Amino acid sequence: MSWLPPLLVALPLLSAAAIAGGQRVTPRPLQDVVAVAAAVAATALSFLLLWQVGAREVVDWFGGWRPRGGVAVGVDFAVGPLAAGMCCAIGLVVALALVYSLAFLPGAGRPFQALLLVTLAAMDGFAMSGDLFNLFVWLELAGTAAYALTGFQVERLGPVQGAVNFAITNSVGGYLLAFGIALLYARTGALNLAAIGRVLAGKPAGGLVVAALTVVLCGFLVKGAVVPFHLWAADAYAVAPAPVCAVFGGVMTDIGLLGVARLYWTSFAGLVHGQTLGEVLLWLGIVSALLGGAMAFLQRHLKRLLAYSVVCHIGIMLAGIGLLEASALAGSELLFLAHALLTAGLFFVTGVLQADHGSVDELRLRGRGGRLLGLAWLGGSLGLTGAPYLGLYLGHGLLDEGASALGRPWAPALLWLGSALSGAALLRAGARIFLGWGAGRDPLLADALEEEPPGRAAGRRLLVTVAAVAVAGGLAISLVPGLGQRAAYAAARFRDRGAYAAAVLRGTPLRAPPRLPVSIEHTTLEGVLSACGATLAAAALALLALGRRRLPQALSTAAARTLGPPVRVLHAAHSGVVGDYVTWVAVGTAVTGAAWSVLLRGG
Amino acid sequence: MSYLPYAVAAWICLVGLAGVATSRNLVHLAVCLTVMQSSTYVLLLSVGYVAGGRAPIFKGAKPGAKAVDPVVQALTLTDVVVSVAVVALILALALDAHRLAGTVDPDGLADVHG
Repeated sequence: MSWLPPLLVALPLLSAAAIAGGQRVTPRPLQDVVAVAAAVAATALSFLLLWQVGAREVVDWFGGWRPRGGVAVGVDFAVGPLAAGMCCAIGLVVALALVYSLAFLPGAGRPFQALLLVTLAAMDGFAMSGDLFNLFVWLELAGTAAYALTGFQVERLGPVQGAVNFAITNSVGGYLLAFGIALLYARTGALNLAAIGRVLAGKPAGGLVVAALTVVLCGFLVKGAVVPFHLWAADAYAVAPAPVCAVFGGVMTDIGLLGVARLYWTSFAGLVHGQTLGEVLLWLGIVSALLGGAMAFLQRHLKRLLAYSVVCHIGIMLAGIGLLEASALAGSELLFLAHALLTAGLFFVTGVLQADHGSVDELRLRGRGGRLLGLAWLGGSLGLTGAPYLGLYLGHGLLDEGASALGRPWAPALLWLGSALSGAALLRAGARIFLGWGAGRDPLLADALEEEPPGRAAGRRLLVTVAAVAVAGGLAISLVPGLGQRAAYAAARFRDRGAYAAAVLRGTPLRAPPRLPVSIEHTTLEGVLSACGATLAAAALALLALGRRRLPQALSTAAARTLGPPVRVLHAAHSGVVGDYVTWVAVGTAVTGAAWSVLLRGG
Repeated sequence: MSYLPYAVAAWICLVGLAGVATSRNLVHLAVCLTVMQSSTYVLLLSVGYVAGGRAPIFKGAKPGAKAVDPVVQALTLTDVVVSVAVVALILALALDAHRLAGTVDPDGLADVHG
């Protein structure tokens, strides 16, 4: 019994209510303090929870409705180290975003802060939930607050379109999820994840179960912005205020992946041929990584560029999950932590550029960035590319080890390419903006967008500080002593279906955890070489994109002729029309379901 | 047991989805979304239905009396609440779209793309 999980949700929700409802009661400075303090307190409680879950699964039954004789009659939070770590990152990013928005959106006021706190509570609730229907409720709560945050500046058309596309595509995903939950309840008579897993274990997947797991997992993949369910992401990120983007890109998109992993390891892993689910997830991840990287490379709008970089890295994390291997899952955890902070940091830098120049267009900003900001951008780009011992490096290393152990070295190679592409996009944008390299026009890139209004940032120093803190924190993830070993332990706990079910349904204590060393995780020589290679490839691609004109005429014409048509197809597919997006969701669900129905029946 | 309620639920879901995908009007689209969501109500209620069962109000009922599943009814209610919030938000955005662009056609809003 622990008070922490319910408190972690109740505290931000109550603070949000107090802020939204305290119109005439609390003066502005007090309201700001309450908002930031609530987020900081939630982060502190998450770290406390992380310490508590070190040796046991912290399970809390709402209203004290504990299971009777191994049958769940209530609704629970069941927290292991992976979920608690996720809560820490969520709290940290939201707290940074709230501090940042004090200076970035001084006029935003009560609803903005209240909505951010609601998303914080909902994401924490989602991460900790042990009940399938509550996963859906938390997801929808986070989603609804997020749609409102996207359309926050409704004085222009862009935010309306972004919010509409975001809200409709994600609602369709949410309803698919709800449909699947009803089917799973029909099949198993349970909503508790551990109980569902117990019923399904050892059975072949019939048509009903295949349909149910397909719509449930695809519902999560829509939220997770995995190709081909990703089309809403760039529209929403392009128009949301920078601190909101930091929360979306840093932590909210990743929530969908947690849903997939949670469902697999608690409920579906025991199915006959259940491991074939991972096969499809792996390929969806690889396609997301490649397409996300390519699309990032074709953007000039910095927020859209970052949105596609998020799609790329989400793909890499999904592949790490889809490999269904302990070390690869640990790699995905570390990727998530570093990616959350680095992406948030880069969105914060973008916000400063917008406040300074009233533009987030790479070409218009050419040669106009400041030195300190440039350093933060460079750090963020290198960290996201996974340069040796920076940012995503350790996560990539563990993922590669996992793939090699399974005899699938080709998977990291494909992910490597996506990561290099998105890294190249970031480095190219940085070199153009902060160093003034390259031309002021580039026909390969997407069209220019409506300009943002110049910001009225009250305290530029605060903005830059928050951005620098986020980037520095993300860069340091690979060097935190003992983190790699703890991520591996968290992954092992997360994957142990039997121990999870016993802890949740019967209160069985876990085996004592091993003593984990506090040292920087060892990485192999191949890891270092692959990281160096990715960084060099990204830098070379960025230089190639900037200096295309200096190439011999014949070479650049040939390149334009081969690259032109596929690039136009890619741009056209991301049409910005919500009907197309929903069609892609339907097609994606159908194809994924078909693949699973073949594989799960013993293909 | 009849398969008809399940077929109806699947049909409503697909029709709603088709409506969302092809709609040219945001208000119409919000209604299609509601239709799609309604499929989950039908599905949930048919999952919990027990032939000859009474409403799950156990006050005054004999222990062991046959009743339909109350869990799915609670889920349906929660589902309705979620859907109302989302539809209200989309309708509010439709109003904004009309104010700013003079149209509620999603194609007419396609300002951001690529």
